[in-house]
Amino acid sequence: MEAVISTNKLTKRFGQFIAANELTFDVYKGEIFGFLGANGAGKTTAMRMLCGLSIPSSGAATIAGFDVYKQTEQIKKNIGYMSQKFSLYEDLTVAENIRFYAGIYGLKIPEIKAKTIELLERLGMMNEAKKLVRELPLGWKQKLAFSVSLVHSPKIVFLDEPTGGVDPVTRRQFWDLIYYAADSGVTVFVTTHYMDEAEYCNRVSIMVDGVIEALDSPRNLKRQFEVDSMEDVFYKLARNAKRAEQ
Amino acid sequence: MRSLYFLLEKEFKQMFRSKGLLRTLFIAPIIQLILMPMAANYSVKNISLVIVDHDHSSFSRQLITKVTASGHFRLEAICANTEAALKEIELDKADIAIEIPDKFEQGLVREGSQKINVQVNAIEGVKAGLAGGYLSAILSDFNAELRLHWVQPARFEPAPVISIMPINWYNKFMNYYLFIVPGILVNLITGIGIMQAAFNLVKEKEMGTIEQINVTPIKKQYFILGKLLPFFVLSIVIFTVGLMIGYVFYNVYPVGSFLTMYVSLFAFLFALLGFGLLLSTYSETQQQTMSLAFFFLNVLNMMSGLFTSIESMPQWAKILSGCFPVSHFIKAMRMIMLKGSSLSDISFHLWSMLGVGLVFNTWAILNYRKRS
Repeated sequence: MEAVISTNKLTKRFGQFIAANELTFDVYKGEIFGFLGANGAGKTTAMRMLCGLSIPSSGAATIAGFDVYKQTEQIKKNIGYMSQKFSLYEDLTVAENIRFYAGIYGLKIPEIKAKTIELLERLGMMNEAKKLVRELPLGWKQKLAFSVSLVHSPKIVFLDEPTGGVDPVTRRQFWDLIYYAADSGVTVFVTTHYMDEAEYCNRVSIMVDGVIEALDSPRNLKRQFEVDSMEDVFYKLARNAKRAEQ
Repeated sequence: MRSLYFLLEKEFKQMFRSKGLLRTLFIAPIIQLILMPMAANYSVKNISLVIVDHDHSSFSRQLITKVTASGHFRLEAICANTEAALKEIELDKADIAIEIPDKFEQGLVREGSQKINVQVNAIEGVKAGLAGGYLSAILSDFNAELRLHWVQPARFEPAPVISIMPINWYNKFMNYYLFIVPGILVNLITGIGIMQAAFNLVKEKEMGTIEQINVTPIKKQYFILGKLLPFFVLSIVIFTVGLMIGYVFYNVYPVGSFLTMYVSLFAFLFALLGFGLLLSTYSETQQQTMSLAFFFLNVLNMMSGLFTSIESMPQWAKILSGCFPVSHFIKAMRMIMLKGSSLSDISFHLWSMLGVGLVFNTWAILNYRKRS
């Protein structure tokens, strides 16, 4: 299998504090990779390094074949990112947000138009195209933000707690979108605190205090820790965490 | 370059959609520019005056009439004695007290000289200085009149007297508005330019949208250009409206060419917006930006020669002031407004603004990091 994310002892230090310690893992093409960990375990830090937002302190990583130190601009063309904080413009309409992001990723005007229609139809938001984003319910906003992060057809999409605060029905719909994207060959790298969502992933890694403690498919992890659910796997690993919540 | 187009499109959409912002950006400066030149005035009128007249002669009455007729003073009370007059000053009812001594007329006629006691309330320094100045001018005028009437012309050669007749160049009638209107206009543009340029970027930081921008391949110089250009346009529009108000309400218009004026405005905005942007790269929240901007705006307003003279500042302040684009712009503005100076006359100020602007903008771009 082709690895689209490959890290080797990737580390980020803030002074004395080691936020992410020697992370080594591969993520394969078309995979849904769950990146789990308690609050403050270092998930966001790791993800920011992979997106080219944060410079690693040491170690190596390639994203879509590009080096995280030297080729951040190429990486940025090939990834999508949806941050913890909602990051669409609230004072622009749904269509304007799509147009803006598509535009700065370099899509041509006819492409933007086609993409907008395709995206709105898939989301069932044709009637909301001219609504300001601020007027949408949270679940819709999140689905829209996810779709916008895919507007330039990236190879990998990074989702940082995309379903925080979203109701179960909308979460389900959100995961349908994730599956749809993965089926079309996009690699999905997702962090979450919902263990039912962890079950949906092809493979899951669990970070504790800056270190990856476990990495396998949900089924194998449950077997390894001799428990019935991912919830229990997580609990067994994370209860020994020393770092306080952020 | 294509990404710049989309950025600008977005910025203008957001700007026009924010009705509250546009209203404050336009209406507030217009109102200020209409009202403030009338209110913020250096000439002091209505100085309250109390008089203690121990003489009650025709001379002392003439003197009182002369002082009150000048228009600067308002006679508050005639007091019986010095204590009563000082009491008035103490209660803040009087700004200045004049005491005319006993046998004023007699002494003046016989001995040819007399002394008048003037007490000034110096709590408000500027007012006190001007009040004292006005009063001595009136007294010396009174003196001259007395000489004419009472003192015989000298039999031989009179003592030579040099009289000074100043001619005010460029502002013949010392029209106060010619000074204050450009000052207030530049003051407003400075505030709007710095605040808006700074707030805009910080707002994206607060909203979290900057994170999303930082993962896109957009080049940071285009991003910053996209942030600056809308406020460039906005400031030019507000400046133009301000010039029109100056003309309509105060008949203040440039003697020099508009081209020269707008060229210097361009240079000024380049530096000013760069500075605003620089502030925003150093702050994470709008509150931080606000505190920074407030501090710098105060310094700029007080030390750029908008309302006071740079030449009378100490050496260190003069050097500091030379680093402010505002000092150069107000100087250039006044030269163009009053003297009709040309581009080559103001070239020093133009180059200074461009130089400072280049420093600010480069600094801002370097300090704005897409990565941490």
